[in-house]
Amino acid sequence: MENQMENQEFLADKIRTQEYQLNMGPQHPATHGVMRMILQLDGEEIKNVEPVLGYIHRSIEKMCEKSSYKQIIHLTDRLDYLSSHMNNEAVTLLVENALGIEVNDRIKIIRTIIAELTRMASHQLWWGVMGMDTGALTTFMYAFRDRELINEIMEETCGARLTMNYNIIGGLRYDIHDNFVKRVKEFIVHFKEKLPEYDNLLSNNVIFRKRTEGVGIMTKEQVIAYGMNGPTARASGFECDIRKKLPYSAYGMVDFEEVLRTEGDAFARYKVRIDEMWQSMNIIEQLIDKIPEDDFRMKTKPIIKLPKGDFLQRVETARGDFGVYAMSDGGKNPTRFKFRSPSFANLHGLNKMSENTKIGDLVVNFSTIDVVVPDIDR
Amino acid sequence: MKKEELQSLLESWSLDLTFIEGETQFLEVEVPAEKLSELSLKLKEESDTAFDYLFALTGVDYGKDLGVVYHIESTTHNHMIVLKVKTSDRENPNFDSVNDIWPAAYFNESEAYDFFGIKFNNHPHLTRIFMDEDWKGWPMRKDYTDEFNMLTR
Amino acid sequence: MILELLNQFMPAEVAFYVELVIIAVVYLGVFALLGLFLVWMERRVAGFFQLRLGPNRRGPSGLFQTVADALKLVSKELTATEGRDKFLHGIAPYFVIVAALMALSLIPFSAELQAFDINLGVFFVTAVTSIEVVGIFLAGWASNNKYSLIGGMRSGIQMISYELSIGMTIVTMTVLAGTIQLSEIVEMQRGGWFIWTGHIPAFIGFMVFMIAGTAESNRTPFDLVEAESELGAGFHSEYSGMGFAYFFLAEFVNMFIISAMAVTLFFGGWLLPFEIGADIPFVGAIIFVVKTLSVVFLMMWFRWTFPRLRIDQLLTLEWKYLIPISMVNIVVMAILVWLGLTF
Repeated sequence: MENQMENQEFLADKIRTQEYQLNMGPQHPATHGVMRMILQLDGEEIKNVEPVLGYIHRSIEKMCEKSSYKQIIHLTDRLDYLSSHMNNEAVTLLVENALGIEVNDRIKIIRTIIAELTRMASHQLWWGVMGMDTGALTTFMYAFRDRELINEIMEETCGARLTMNYNIIGGLRYDIHDNFVKRVKEFIVHFKEKLPEYDNLLSNNVIFRKRTEGVGIMTKEQVIAYGMNGPTARASGFECDIRKKLPYSAYGMVDFEEVLRTEGDAFARYKVRIDEMWQSMNIIEQLIDKIPEDDFRMKTKPIIKLPKGDFLQRVETARGDFGVYAMSDGGKNPTRFKFRSPSFANLHGLNKMSENTKIGDLVVNFSTIDVVVPDIDR
Repeated sequence: MKKEELQSLLESWSLDLTFIEGETQFLEVEVPAEKLSELSLKLKEESDTAFDYLFALTGVDYGKDLGVVYHIESTTHNHMIVLKVKTSDRENPNFDSVNDIWPAAYFNESEAYDFFGIKFNNHPHLTRIFMDEDWKGWPMRKDYTDEFNMLTR
Repeated sequence: MILELLNQFMPAEVAFYVELVIIAVVYLGVFALLGLFLVWMERRVAGFFQLRLGPNRRGPSGLFQTVADALKLVSKELTATEGRDKFLHGIAPYFVIVAALMALSLIPFSAELQAFDINLGVFFVTAVTSIEVVGIFLAGWASNNKYSLIGGMRSGIQMISYELSIGMTIVTMTVLAGTIQLSEIVEMQRGGWFIWTGHIPAFIGFMVFMIAGTAESNRTPFDLVEAESELGAGFHSEYSGMGFAYFFLAEFVNMFIISAMAVTLFFGGWLLPFEIGADIPFVGAIIFVVKTLSVVFLMMWFRWTFPRLRIDQLLTLEWKYLIPISMVNIVVMAILVWLGLTF
């Protein structure tokens, strides 16, 4: 026994160990875009994660200061491109609320349905990528099969598949297509069959469970302190769904549950998003038969000027609590236009989550906080 | 807590606060820079206010002044307050960091530093988070000129 | 057979060496074709699992696509990092490819078609395949890239650990067979495949063998060595052109070798049940290849379905589950053989 102790001390003297740095990114399969993380590693164990941002910084906030409010809507598409509709909606709602424009129920309901479809498309893509990050490559194709149907609905409705630009101030750019209701209903029937398949493929896979359960645990207090939001925060039991907290558009008219879990680990974050897809279908089902006949666009002034003052509008995008903060001096351009992006806030928790975990866990954590890099860099 | 109640509570703390009048969405408070960390700590610790969620931290260039706007929310009471600090010092703008009160400020303060050159005292790691380390000037300031900007009118 | 043919028109000694050269050339050809075929098969299987077609333009069902890809790889420029260990970086692929090639020479395709049938067969295969880890480790070490290094370190841990389970499973089966010569192991199964005659321990052995074999050939769910979402490409990040192609081909050939060993040890090699077609010449080789490709298909099925394990889970699985199970399995098998409880 004593001999062994001596031996170990001898070895510790002879063998020098040290922490080392690893650059993950800017080009790396797990960073989902152009982002770099400087990892401080001890063998496989992560000691510190420092994100290096700005590889796709396009100074959208600065551009907004020189653009009119109508133009700003189209810039927001390029923030979180997977929830482009909700981003558009945030700006339109901000301007409408500031000007006191009350849109009719038809517009509200259509906006909500499209927003929920976008949320589902975003979560589907995330599900596929999550599988890829853990090594199951097939999920990506399955997710894209179902996502394609949503994209087709979007294409038919407004001509674009991803960055739709469907919202304008005071309404919608076009009326919905005649097939819209029929195709959305078809999609819901199709997806209700496929979503349990997702669950069987990944959620019930023992390796996947082992990889995610108990990994990257965040408590509710930590989540609040780090300013995290969206499904990532709801997995730790933080009630932060803006759709419930400050209902906008048609969310006040529907009855749905805010998906909450208390474990706070990667599997909870995964499961929250899966359950949110069920809730999205629930919302759409409640609204799809209730679209009233009405105008799809309200009358607005040709040049939109916001009154002097500060305005804040929050919406729930697929990633979380997206805030648009505008400072206006009464002119047609804002003096300051700030996007409070949910991905940027969520990224902040990554270091805490990944403390003393393995490289494989970092990839899982990064995947489950579901950031979109253009949303971080803006 | 309602806007008015919050205002009367904050007035009782006597911290030289200026309340912005008019039809504002939330209670907007202008704080002297040196009172910022004291007020922040109090807002977070007092059980009546319990502002524990830093929603957004925005650097602003008002033209003459530089400032920071804090949107702070309470997860227990579901109310929001807007704090504003300003300084007329454009050479070396300087505020206290709120990173130790709301860790969420960590990246956001770096962002404000990167775009406006606003320094935050006691911030553990203030870097140019988006721009290059050797970038000259503060790009989001109103007086920043960029000869390559195609949007200038 | 070839030896007799050659002896007719050249002296015996020369004929011996000429025969060796001919066999080597044939096996190199088989190796290359096998690699290309398996890559094609993987892509088609992946397409099948992923609701898409896979390669389908070049040749029948895209069969020549991999040939075109191989030609592309051959014609590519060789790039490498600065500050690499040139010598080690250069020879690393050859360790891998030579190990795979040597192991392939022992595979008994049929009673007649086996290049090298020594009485130490099974152990020779395990010994030779374990050389491969040296190549991967060297590649990771010499590349002067941290991703490669992590990949190389992981391969060291992983392959050496799983070598143990494979070895023990093979021991279990040799207890049943009573011989370690590959052709004799197959001949022993004339009365019934070992997975049937050895029933419970053989079945457990097969499962352990497949898990460890998948890990040994670095495939999902054990592809931590490459782990593309974590390490980019792992140990072969810094290889291009033929260097990369060697690793790539060796991976697929290793998969074939593991499957072929599984077929030899558990599924009666070139034999069909009840001696069906036993007297038709060369049908054995076809049966063997079909059986092996079925096992290969199983491994591809794993790859396109399962997520990847984490490094500590990988070691837990091996040291806490597979090794104790296979140790107990040897004892159980020995007792069954001793009591004559096998079929």
